[in-house]
Formats: sequence, C-alpha cells, structure tokens
Amino acid sequence: MASKTSRPGRTLGVFFLVLAIAYGLVALGGSWKPELGLDLQGGTRIMMIAKGHPSAEAMKEARNIIDQRVNGSGVTAAKVTTQGGNQIVVEIPGKSRDDLVNEVSQTAQLRFRLVACQNTCATSSTSSGTSGVTGGTGTTGGTGTTGGSSTGAQRAGLGFDHKATKKAKAKMQQKAAAATPSATASAAPSASASPSASATPSTSGTPDQKNDVSVDDAVAFMNNPPADEVAKFDAYTCPTSGAPNVTDDPSQPLITCDAQGQKYLLSPAIIEGTQVSDASAGIPQTGVNYVVTLDFHGAGRKAFADATGAIAGTNQLFAIVLDGQVISAATADSRISGSAEISGNFTQDTATALANNLKFGALPVAFDKENGISHTTVGPSLAGNQLSAGLWAGAIGLLLVMLYCLIYYRGLGLVVISSLIIAGASTYAMVLLLSKGAGFTLDLPGIAGLIVAVGITADSFIVYFERIRDEMRDGKSMRVAVDAGWVRARSTCLAADGVSVLAALILYIFGAGDVRGFAFALGLSTIIDLVVFFFFTHPMIKWLSHFKFFNRGHRLSGLDAEALGIDRITVGGRA
Amino acid sequence: MSKFTRLGNQLYTGKKSIDFVGRRWTWYAISAVVIVAAIVGLSVRGLNMSLEFTGGTQYTVTVSGSADQPLADKVRTSVGNTGVEAAADPTVTTAGAHNLIIQIKSVSTTENNTVLKAIKSTTGATTDDISQDHVGASWGKEVATKAVQGLIVFLIAVTVFIAMYTRQWKMSVAALVALAHDVIITVGIYALVGFEVSPATVTGFLTILGFSLYDTVVVFDKIKENTKNLRATKRSFAAACNLAVNQTLVRSINTSIVALIPVAAILWVSAVQLGTSTLKDLALALFVGMAAGAYSSIFIATPLFVQLKSREKDVVDSERRAAQRAKQADPYAHVPSFAEGMEVDDNGEPPAEANAPEEHAFRGRTAPQTRGPVRDSGAAGRPQPSRQTRSKRGK
Repeated sequence: MASKTSRPGRTLGVFFLVLAIAYGLVALGGSWKPELGLDLQGGTRIMMIAKGHPSAEAMKEARNIIDQRVNGSGVTAAKVTTQGGNQIVVEIPGKSRDDLVNEVSQTAQLRFRLVACQNTCATSSTSSGTSGVTGGTGTTGGTGTTGGSSTGAQRAGLGFDHKATKKAKAKMQQKAAAATPSATASAAPSASASPSASATPSTSGTPDQKNDVSVDDAVAFMNNPPADEVAKFDAYTCPTSGAPNVTDDPSQPLITCDAQGQKYLLSPAIIEGTQVSDASAGIPQTGVNYVVTLDFHGAGRKAFADATGAIAGTNQLFAIVLDGQVISAATADSRISGSAEISGNFTQDTATALANNLKFGALPVAFDKENGISHTTVGPSLAGNQLSAGLWAGAIGLLLVMLYCLIYYRGLGLVVISSLIIAGASTYAMVLLLSKGAGFTLDLPGIAGLIVAVGITADSFIVYFERIRDEMRDGKSMRVAVDAGWVRARSTCLAADGVSVLAALILYIFGAGDVRGFAFALGLSTIIDLVVFFFFTHPMIKWLSHFKFFNRGHRLSGLDAEALGIDRITVGGRA
Repeated sequence: MSKFTRLGNQLYTGKKSIDFVGRRWTWYAISAVVIVAAIVGLSVRGLNMSLEFTGGTQYTVTVSGSADQPLADKVRTSVGNTGVEAAADPTVTTAGAHNLIIQIKSVSTTENNTVLKAIKSTTGATTDDISQDHVGASWGKEVATKAVQGLIVFLIAVTVFIAMYTRQWKMSVAALVALAHDVIITVGIYALVGFEVSPATVTGFLTILGFSLYDTVVVFDKIKENTKNLRATKRSFAAACNLAVNQTLVRSINTSIVALIPVAAILWVSAVQLGTSTLKDLALALFVGMAAGAYSSIFIATPLFVQLKSREKDVVDSERRAAQRAKQADPYAHVPSFAEGMEVDDNGEPPAEANAPEEHAFRGRTAPQTRGPVRDSGAAGRPQPSRQTRSKRGK
C-alpha cells in the first residue's frame, strides 16, 4: 500500500520538476512573451514561387541573397525562409514595407552605371584595361572582327577589367586576365561619341522612373562628379571581406567596391538588369576562349549604345553592378548598338556564372512576376485587433470549457481545470522556448490551433472520467475503477491523439504559410495533452482516489451514486 | 445535469437504448439526401473561392468610426473612380464593426498607391490602419495544389493508420466512408451557403478529417471491446455494436460540446471583432465539420460496419443465438422483480435501477436458462455442455 501511495506523488513531483526546469530555461532566455507573427504585430510578408523546379542548393543561395538584399535596404529583423521546396518567404515584422516587393523579387538587381572615379578621384581611371568586349552577334565576335549586327562598331573592343563575378566564384578569377591589351582600339572610334549626345531625348534631370536616368546626366556626372559625392567617396573605405553594405538606389549615385576591394564612385544607373534580354556563355566559332554574349531589350540597347558611345576611347569605364557590388568594370572603344560580347580570361565556369548573373542577377532562381508573387501587409491596427480577438476567443473558450466540466463533473471538474491550467502553462513554456530556440512565431492560426486544442485536451479527460464511471457502474470501487479505466482510456486516447498528431504533421508538411502555424500549435498541444494526461491527470486522480471525498462518492465529487445513476457505489470492495 | 448522467448509466447498461444500428436505413436516407443536396450545390453553385486562390488585391481598412454601408458605398465610388483599370469594379464589404474590405484585381505598385490614396482620403485611415493582400494568380494555384496534395496524403496516411489500428479492413472501410461522408457534406454546405473558401478553410477542413476520425476511433474502440468475446456476451453482433454506440454516446455528446465550445468562441469573437479573418474561416470549417463528424461516427460508421460484417459466420451465429434466446424469453419479463423498499407505482415504469437484472435486454425477471452454457471442447471435437459440479454450483 505504501508503494502505491507514493507512486502518484513521485510522478507528480517529477512532472512539476520538469515544468519548473522548463520555466527556468525560459527565465534564462529572458523573454516572457512569445515571438508574435506578422498578423499579430503588423508587418509585411512577401511570398514568391520560383519558376520551374529549382534545386535545394539554388533555393538556399537565393534565400541568402534575398536576405542580404532585404537587410541591405535598411530593414532590420527581416526573416527570409524557404518553404515547400520552391517558395521563398520574406517577413518584415512591424513595418509596412510594401515598396520592398519589387526589390526583393527582382531576380537581378543588376545595373549598369558609369564610373566617375575608381579608387581615387584625382586622376581618371587607372584602368587596367584587360579583356575585351566586342559588339556583334557573338558568333562573329572577336577582337579583330567587325560586329555583325552592330551599326556603329567597326571594331568594338571594350577594355574590360574583368573581376570576380560572384563571391562564391571569386577565387577562380585572377588578375591573370590583365594581360590582354585593349589599348589597340583606343584611337579608332571616337566619332561614335556624337550620336550619343543627340540620341538622348530626355532632358529632365529628375528621374521619375528608375530607368529614366538619362545617359547624358550620367555622362555629366561621370565627367564632373559633384564635390559632395567626391567627399563621400574619399571618406569611404571598402570592407576587407564580404560584400559592401550599400543601398543600391538606381536613381542615386553609388559608392561601392568590387570583390578585390577597389572602390568606385558610380553615376546613377543607366541600364537596369531587367533590360538584359539574354546572356550566354560559349566559345565563339572563331575564338578559343570563352566569351559572354549579352543582349538588351529596346530601351536598354539604346542606352547601352549611347553609354558606350560616350565613353568610347576615353579610357573611362562603365561598371556592371550586381546587388550593390561591382562585378565588372570596362572601357569601351566604340558605340555598341547591337549585342555585346565580353571576352576575357574566362573558364567555362566563370563565363557561365557571369552569363547567369547577367541573365538572372545573383538569384539562381526566377520568379513569375505576374502571378507568382503574393505580398501581404498587415497594418498595426488590424494586427492589434486580431491579437485581442485571438486572446479573447481563447479566454472565453477556456472559461466555458472549464465551467462545463465543473458543472458536469463537479469534483472531477477541478481535476480538469487544474489539468487545463497545467497544460496551458506547459504549452506557454514550450511556445516561449521554441520561439527562442527554434524561431517559432505565434500567429493567428497558431492561436486558433491552441484554442481548438483545448477541446482535444479536455476530451482526453472526458474519455478517462467516463471510463471510470463505467467501471464504477460495473460495481468496482473507485480506486479499482481508476486503474481499470486508465488502462482502457489510455489506449483510446493514444489512438485518438495519434490521429490528431498525424493530421497536424501532414498539415505542417503540406501546408504553406499560415497553415503551418496552426498545424504546429495543434501538434504541440496534442503532444502536451498526452504528457499532461499521463504524468499529471492520471497520478492526480490516483492520488485523489485516496480521499474519502472521492472514494466514498461525496455528492460534489462527481462520482456519487446519483451522478453515476446507480443505487449505491461500491466502497472498499463492499457494494 | 443528473438526469443526463442517469441517462448515461441507462445507456451504459443498455436499459435505455437508441437503435442506431437497426434503423440504419433511416440514417442512410438522411445522409443520402444531404449528400445529394451537397453534390447538386457543388455542381450548380460551385465553391466561393477566396482571393488567396483566385489572385487579386484586397485591402482591409480599420476605420475609427463605424464601418457601415454608406461608407462602403463611398469607398466603392472613390476607388472605382481612380482610373485604375483593375480597380474599376471594386467589391467593398463591411466586416465587423470597424473593418472595411475592398477587393480589386491585381495592381502594379503605382496603381496600388493611387488606390491607397483614394481609400485614405475617403475613410480617413492612415497607413497603419490599412492591411493589404496582393496575391498572384499562380500563388493561388500553388496553395490549391498544396491543399489537394495534403488531402490526398492525409487520406492515404489515415487509411494506413486506421488499417493498422483496427486490423479489420471492414472497420477501416466504415471509418473511411464516414470520413468521406463528412468531407462531402462539409464541402456541400460551403457550396450551398456560399461561405468563402480560403486557405484557412482548407486548414480547418483537414483538421476536421482528424476530428471525424478521432470520434470514430473512440466508438470503434468500444465496439472492439464489446465484441471481443461475442459468445460470452449473449448478444447478437448488431446489439453489441449498438450497445457500444450507446455507451459512448454520453462521451460523444460531451466531447462534441467541449470541442465546439472553443470553436464557437473563436467564431463569435472573430465575427464580432474582426468580421472576416483567418480565425473565422478556420472556426467555421471546424464547426461545420465537427458537427458532421460527430453525426457520422454514430449514425454512419457503426451501422455500416455492422452491415459489412453481417455475412461473417461468427456474426451470423451470434445473430442466430440471439434470436434463439429471444424466443426463449421469459414471458414474465415485463413484471418487475421485487426489491426491498421498492416504490409501488401502478401506472409508471418500475424504478429501473431496482435490482437490475443481469440480462439487460429485457426488463424484469430473468428467465432461468434451460440449458447450461456451451463451451468448445477440443477433446470431443464439438461443443460440450459445461456444468460445474453440484457443490460448486452452490447446491
């Protein structure tokens, strides 16, 4: 008998110890409020579906790059995650940053700018003109040939200081390329500078659309950079490692670096990466080295022609800027109005990487701009309302369930209430721990899941109590009925909760966004329900069964003869 | 409340019994009518898919005053007059006391700003008060695909689970038919009433499947227990199953109440405070589905299971035995047996709990058995009467 009495007490003790440890961990974590989801604290969520079937690595890389983009644009605490194999979700809590949608979803934040200063602003570029870019269709490309489709390019050699294309592949690129001379063409096509001036109709200095920075303005900036920009440029030092953390605003000048740590003062963007219609890597028929062929859409083609025309033969550079970092800076020898060809000391890998960068930007995946992007902004007002609605619903639901159980089960109802409170406390501790440790955020569906789980949790107790009552109706005394009922209720509850957990698991795996919060909350509270049921409710009932109040069937215990609908209950083996 | 618990006891002992199994054709007919209505509704009206599935733009504006119809009309006019093509025909609805919902087609960033400006100037709301949803069409498709995938995987997993749990394919079939029943009815109700189907609805919907099964599992658990030793219980298989349903009825009712209370709380609070939201969609789907689930586990799953089993030899035998016993029923069965201190009541029913006889199928006195119980005997190769020795019989 002694061992029997001590067992429920020990289980309860251990259970409370574990709960206390959990709260101790929470206290160590230091935050007593769970991380709230966007719909409860306001914010912006951008969800994008990648086209096709990107590999997991590509998605991971895309995620990292988007992360850099978002955080680079001055947003703190943004969260970028991948979901379901082909989705990327950007969450920016607390702020309405709808304007970020374009920037984030843009596959290529690739821009062409003119270089006003490189390293120092005193001299014009110290260009180590190295590799060549040839205007032409690409098939006939080569430094010595004329471009096939280009109108103005007799010999469209572009001095091209080809630098690292991407951080990952930076190692492959060496300055070894620096030997190829581009100076050969420097004298020839100076005439092509004139059409650029005449060809730019837009004279307004204020760019109302991002691509409308006129080439003229950019050229003017390049030739005579404003003093304040120069001052800023002089003050700027490149980070020793990693990408420069700059905001790449196309309408503003940009001070940035390349992977080798050379710094640049760049004009406002003249061509957007989106205007690159095609880029590919390959070995031209006449050549032996890899080249990257590049083509533009209409407006971009014209701007590129004008820009190359403006800097042709002047040893001035234009830069290809990818996500705020210069990946290439090149001279041009003539106006290139057709497709361009970048040649240099490429290997297959580096050429392909550059071509992909030009085509997709840094992102190895593309998003369907028209249809594949969803973005949601939750205003703080609505978020506040939703939070209070969720909390109210939870409070009302919990209270009503407690009330019902108290009326129906009386004394046992107290067990239900204490179990629900304990389950609530455990759940809250787990939510806090998970939001600290695993980045779990509590959103509105999550709250709904927790509330719905109240029903599931209470149901375990109902199954158990009804079983105890049934056993007592069969003539067992309460102490015996508690054990006999437990054995049967246990298997029923395990099966039923198993279904719930299974449902939650599948919802979690196959759900997107909101659904996962719900599924997670449901699964979590179902598991906690089982734990509480096994390690709190059952020992509690066992312990209570030693009290006369319950085992003698007091009128308020919920186990009295009247409540059971029988004549008299069995006590101590005697009916 | 005590009446209810008393009923619980009577249901448990079989003193009071609702004939769930015997009147199965009634329940089938009711379900058939509802299902036909659901299918007709689904094919005629279709589902009212929300913005998340169709793509488009939705603004939820929290206004400081009350969100009423005149304001909604004003907003509709001003948004419609912005000159933005996608916003030419906006749908403006009020939601709750302070929310307006404006739905238009997909817009670009600049168009979005135009529309926002119009909304702000009409309602006086600030940026903080406006929530926006921009959903691309293929995103909606993705969500729908995921939902269908989830449904299929869930059904497969559930089939495997149920098969493993029950170890009787007939039980699995019955449970799955009940599940399908719930699914069709819930979808049908959505189609008929025209409730909006959002991803949250789908979530709720998948959760229902869990709930429906949960209920069925509890009932089937009891059936398994009651029919484990069919010979000893002296009941026909159908009667044993019916008793199981009756015994779990109180639990089923309690469970449904307890499960529906929080859901109803969510539904009420979100409808009053928010109008439309994830919470409401979720709770509505759960509410409809739970009700259907409770019904199907009692009225559909069990009768169907009995019907599926009705051709099995054991079941037929038990049926025959029960019929035989009924024939030998005590002619004085309706006469109450005497108990100490028993109320004498000429016109009412005798107090049922007075010395409740062991065989609950009949009221009153239990007729003594004409023959002793029969037991399988390996030695003789056929059933042998087993009669204990006289001394052990207490004579």
